[in-house]
Amino acid sequence: MPGVRARAAWLTGTREGIVGLILLLFVVAVGLVGPLVAPHPITAPIGAPGAGPSAAAPLGTDFLGRDVLSRVLHGGLPVFELSVASMALTYLVGVAVGLSAGLSRSVLDAVLMRAVDLFLVFPPLLLLLVLMTGAGTGSGILIIGIALVLFPGVARVVRTATLEVATQPYLEAAIARGETRFALMRREILPNISEPILADFGIRFSGAIILAASVNFLGLGSHPPAANWGLMIAENRVIIGTNPWAVLIPAALLALVTVSVNLLADAYIKGHRREGGR
Amino acid sequence: MVASDMTALGSSGAPNPENATGSVASGAGAAAGALLSGGRGGVHPMLVFLARRIATGIVTLLVASFVIFLATNALPGNVAQVLAGRNATPAVISRLDVELKLNEPVLSRYGSWLGGLIQGDFGKSAVAVVESNADSSVASQIGTPLQNSVILAVITSVLLVPLALLIGTLSAVHAGRPGDYAASYLTLVLGALPEFVFGTLLIVVFFSLLHWLPPVSLIPPGTTPLTHVDELVLPVLTLLGVSTAFCARQVRAGVLTTLDQEYVTMARLSGLRETRVLMRYALRNAVAPSIQSFAQAFQYLFGGIIVVETLFAYPGIGQALVQAVSVRDLTVVQAIAVILAAIYIAINIAADLLVVFAVPRLRTSMR
Repeated sequence: MPGVRARAAWLTGTREGIVGLILLLFVVAVGLVGPLVAPHPITAPIGAPGAGPSAAAPLGTDFLGRDVLSRVLHGGLPVFELSVASMALTYLVGVAVGLSAGLSRSVLDAVLMRAVDLFLVFPPLLLLLVLMTGAGTGSGILIIGIALVLFPGVARVVRTATLEVATQPYLEAAIARGETRFALMRREILPNISEPILADFGIRFSGAIILAASVNFLGLGSHPPAANWGLMIAENRVIIGTNPWAVLIPAALLALVTVSVNLLADAYIKGHRREGGR
Repeated sequence: MVASDMTALGSSGAPNPENATGSVASGAGAAAGALLSGGRGGVHPMLVFLARRIATGIVTLLVASFVIFLATNALPGNVAQVLAGRNATPAVISRLDVELKLNEPVLSRYGSWLGGLIQGDFGKSAVAVVESNADSSVASQIGTPLQNSVILAVITSVLLVPLALLIGTLSAVHAGRPGDYAASYLTLVLGALPEFVFGTLLIVVFFSLLHWLPPVSLIPPGTTPLTHVDELVLPVLTLLGVSTAFCARQVRAGVLTTLDQEYVTMARLSGLRETRVLMRYALRNAVAPSIQSFAQAFQYLFGGIIVVETLFAYPGIGQALVQAVSVRDLTVVQAIAVILAAIYIAINIAADLLVVFAVPRLRTSMR
């Protein structure tokens, strides 16, 4: 179908799109398939701590003597889970708030936006840390915390896009036709606000991943002996002199995730700017 | 963020200086106008703008402090018990109750905390109270770390601005050529990395491979980081990496747009040398949008500093915050959070002011 091919042109037709897609698929594969192919258990030491690469441990051992390769293969999933879960909550709340604010012609809009702006006052990580002081460091808190940090941006984008759609004639025509609110949302509003939301999605997702990784790096996320890329960077700094791979590989993988997401986001924005025009 | 504040401000009116020059016969209106405008010439709209901005900022800070207070005190269960943790003897708990006034209702505790803040008293560290340290005041704990962080942030900022301006402008001027492509991809990659990932890569290169620089910045208490310059290099480079990448891209975009403008073509056609065209026309007008991105970068610095200080064990306010969070030292977290929020808001205000200063057109559009 020509429509699908054309719509995917930003992904497969540009250099950034292809490179971003390949890198992202690679890292996601490592994260999702990794736990199934790891050669050693992640909690049992298999050699001297901080040893360099060997036949038994191709990436050497970590600061407790455990196999770095196996821990790396297990370490992506928690980061992905946290990022995806918080993104889901972010969009659930952000789209709801943005739609409500954009469609309401009343003071609700101002009230919602003031409340949303409140969360933008804080440096993101600070808000997260303050929340965790009070509520603890459970994974539920982390998901809620990251969503709290990210949803204001989404709400603003959704609101702006909704405001534009709300004044369009086709919406008035649909209301005059007698379409139900639900059908209005589904057929008129949501499809037309999807593009700005998708353009913003890449940056949000990148932010979610960075927050998730940072929180784990600070030791406030997964607890040892769990394998987690962010945590591995922090805990293996002590052996950076003897086995830098224990720090380098998780760092490189995190770098690949964020860079690929940014490349894809860039490709999407560039692709749609060309077609849509200003 | 900065832009939205500007439009919000624009919708609330500013006093019209013309009222002051009206004749006495205009009565109450003129009198009120004269009062507000201070007589003949009227108050400079910039001062009014500044006053309103500061007022908004203070209100925002108050609300933020309330949120911070609520969030840190949202401990499940008995606050004193959780804070005391393993040392939860009745003596310790009663000491906590007294020092942190835990038996009073939340609002009155907020009130007394706020009152203390205004006088510069940040309260007592919960952990210090539990361990009955001699000096349990929060201020003594965060004073030096705050200084160290400011040093780090200032050095980074001072290097950031010229570097980003240089790279951004050069990229824009050579747009489309290999140098620009290389810079574009480099800034994309650098700007995407989490700070601690970039910092880790730097450590691996400069310590593990080259053995040039230390992997941690262990500055002994009582000395200032300025005497240990080699330990400042990597943290500064880490912070610079991500922020310069971001700012350089914004500067490049701004300069590119400006170079497209008609007055630049006009200047070139008049026979002005290219460098003069650049300096006098392009750069000046590309500055305004760049101010907002530099402001964002400075704000980012205060967030990124948390992670970077932890990575390098730099004894700054970021590391103090992380340690306080991990032991749930309420009062220290509250204090640091309020300070950081205040700095964040102050940067916003300064940026707004600079933008209005640099773009004279905006000064009269603030009704």
